[in-house]
Amino acid sequence: MQTLGLAVEHYVFLAGVIFTLGAIGFLVRRNVLVQLMCIELMLNAVNILLVAFNRVYPANMVGQIFAFFIIAVAAAEAAVGLAIVLAFYRLKGTVMSDEGDSLKL
Amino acid sequence: MNQVGSVFFALMAGLSLLGAVGTVSARNPIRSAVGLLVTIVGIAGLFLRLSAQFMGAIQLIVYAGAVVVLFVFVVMLLGPDASKVPAGPPRGWAARAFAGVLMAAFAIGGGVLVLGARDGLTLFQPVAPEHGSVELVGRELFTKMLVPFELATALLIVAVVGAIAVARSHEPKGKAKPVKLAPQALFHGPLHPRDAGHPLVKERA
Repeated sequence: MQTLGLAVEHYVFLAGVIFTLGAIGFLVRRNVLVQLMCIELMLNAVNILLVAFNRVYPANMVGQIFAFFIIAVAAAEAAVGLAIVLAFYRLKGTVMSDEGDSLKL
Repeated sequence: MNQVGSVFFALMAGLSLLGAVGTVSARNPIRSAVGLLVTIVGIAGLFLRLSAQFMGAIQLIVYAGAVVVLFVFVVMLLGPDASKVPAGPPRGWAARAFAGVLMAAFAIGGGVLVLGARDGLTLFQPVAPEHGSVELVGRELFTKMLVPFELATALLIVAVVGAIAVARSHEPKGKAKPVKLAPQALFHGPLHPRDAGHPLVKERA
């Protein structure tokens, strides 16, 4: 137990759990806001993996820099996604994804 | 020293798992946002354990400081009525089934991982103390990764402008007369062709 958190397998397992939780939440929840938060969970799980594997191969910083860019893209995605949620709410009066069926004939 | 690190890892991993479960399972979106915040703080702690100090700081500043606050703003702006669950049975049985498949896939993958770990773990080798420091990451970012970095700034500015354009209310101006079948007419009138009065559908007798 001395090496807890010093082996890459611990991080892979943890990231798998968090990613699966996020994916299940995205599929099961109907609130668009919660679905966006679940997307953030999945992105964070991938960030853990990138930084952990960068620790295994520390010759260069590519993993951490990739995670840095993922954080930047996630921030942009959250801004645009929440703007879309606002427009959706103005249109439908709710934020439940079930109600977004205007393209369905 | 390792003992302290192990306890720290267990604490942060438990925190992030707890927050993730809370995010997915909370009924109130505000509680989901708090769960996301707890997860992000836990993951920032894990980054410290991985000697990625710069990433830990960025994680806290960008996620906990900006993204979660943005979520909370929107939840507060929309109010509790927006999150009311509509009547009727939930749709999307296929998505639920796929969630079940995902859970099974993770169970198999996790089992393989745990079985493989019995042969011995891939332990981290000791690393230079400046690994993950602001200097090292910053030098890499501004030399080898300069073009992607500048493109990321362009992405962020476009995202902000796009967010403003999408979220702005499209109230028609006083002078401009809305043209029939303009996009405004389509979006302010009845939304669905099956609704009465939709401009694309001839009125049925």
